Amino acid sequence: MLAHIALGNNTVLGNDANSWIWWAWIPRHQHEIYAYLREHMLLTAVSVVLGFVIALPLAVFAARRRAVAAVIVPTVNVIYTIPSVALLALLLPTTGPGRDPAVIALTAYSLAILVRNILEGLRGVPADVLDAADGMGYTRRRRLLRVELPMALPAIVAGIRLATVSTIGLVTVTFIVDQGGLGRFIQDGYQRDFHTPLVVGIVLSVALAVLADLLLVRLERVVSPWRATTRRATARSAATRRKR
Amino acid sequence: MHLGFLVDVWHWLTSPDQWHGGDGIPHLLANHVRVSLASLLVATLISVPLGAWLGHRRVGGVVAINIANIGRAIPIYAMLVLAVQIFGISNPPGFGWTGSFVAFVPLVLLGIPPMLTNSYIGVVEVGDELVDAARGMGLSEREILLRVEVPVALPLIMAGIRTAMVGIVATATLASFTGVDTLATPIFIGLRTDDNIAVFGGAVLVGLLAITADLALAGLQRSIVSPGLRARSGRRKRVAAYVPPA
Repeated sequence: MLAHIALGNNTVLGNDANSWIWWAWIPRHQHEIYAYLREHMLLTAVSVVLGFVIALPLAVFAARRRAVAAVIVPTVNVIYTIPSVALLALLLPTTGPGRDPAVIALTAYSLAILVRNILEGLRGVPADVLDAADGMGYTRRRRLLRVELPMALPAIVAGIRLATVSTIGLVTVTFIVDQGGLGRFIQDGYQRDFHTPLVVGIVLSVALAVLADLLLVRLERVVSPWRATTRRATARSAATRRKR
Repeated sequence: MHLGFLVDVWHWLTSPDQWHGGDGIPHLLANHVRVSLASLLVATLISVPLGAWLGHRRVGGVVAINIANIGRAIPIYAMLVLAVQIFGISNPPGFGWTGSFVAFVPLVLLGIPPMLTNSYIGVVEVGDELVDAARGMGLSEREILLRVEVPVALPLIMAGIRTAMVGIVATATLASFTGVDTLATPIFIGLRTDDNIAVFGGAVLVGLLAITADLALAGLQRSIVSPGLRARSGRRKRVAAYVPPA
């Protein structure tokens, strides 16, 4: 009788490969969940920050000189076009598996996204604003720091958001160099035909992307308080347009 | 990495064994291209007419604009694995032309958002004066959409198609990890057998394919976009929605 109940319970728990989630699995694997989540966040943060540090000067140079842009823009487009599997595989013979190829590849992609967005933001600063700054006697350096970069800030933050969300998705692919963060769960679920780690990996990875995006929207409000009024005005004009 | 390694890769790439048979490069390339084109085609047929029509009617803007952002958050490798769990590896009857049904479904879903968003925004951005003029000339709504709005929106629509293509070719690469034959299959086998030469050689092939595909669509864009729009397209505000690299 007892054995019968125990057996019955086991099927209720869904300890078979066909059920999508087996809840008891989660508390038993919480150490792995924390470790992979941390690895995921760490890889994302390091790659986006490194990408930004490299992309900012590149974009500023490219905005200044057409010749520089003519080299940087196509290069960045080629990086963006190369599939992550290929880029990781190209790095593998040199670096060996581990954190190095993952960080290099992820940095390259966030760099590609960020250069495009920052350059677009800098090019979008109206010429009369630049003339006004020159007329007020701003040096080039001061004009860049006080006028161009603040005005490009929305595009820059949009780029950081895009790079962050994309990187969070891409980290899952780095399982091929023995990294992967939450992608380790996805790979594990696939190899063992076991749905629970797969579902846990997907849900946490999507949640991480959404949370990071919301956090960066907040950050944008904090670093550009002067835009609050503009934003409201933009929203109003969009609404009127819709009514008409 | 030293020169000897690159020489080995070159020998691997040019060895006759790689160019024959069921797991040779021609077969892998053909299947990669077939899966990519089938899903790009179906995704285009769904999203471009829908996006253009929504843009013409000015409805569904919130969804059309935000769908690209939603799609970005989902890890694409997970979608492929999920598809294997749901559909199994073999093609359902009638879907042989897709090359691989389990790769086809996620690739179509991946391709739709950037094309839908760009088609919508492209048509919405066509100047009101152009549409008014067309209406004044007695064009029907259908003709306005097909003969004025879509041709003028073509640079943005093509940008969406190129973005989708890059994403699809790259993700098809990942599909080799779920058992689909693509140019990345040597990478997958190489990783399992600790064969760095196959890994590197496969990566070179995949990279070349991705760049060629993008260049081909760039050429197509140049040939079908009206020359009158070409000068303008450079100065236009780029609202193109990017999908993440995959």
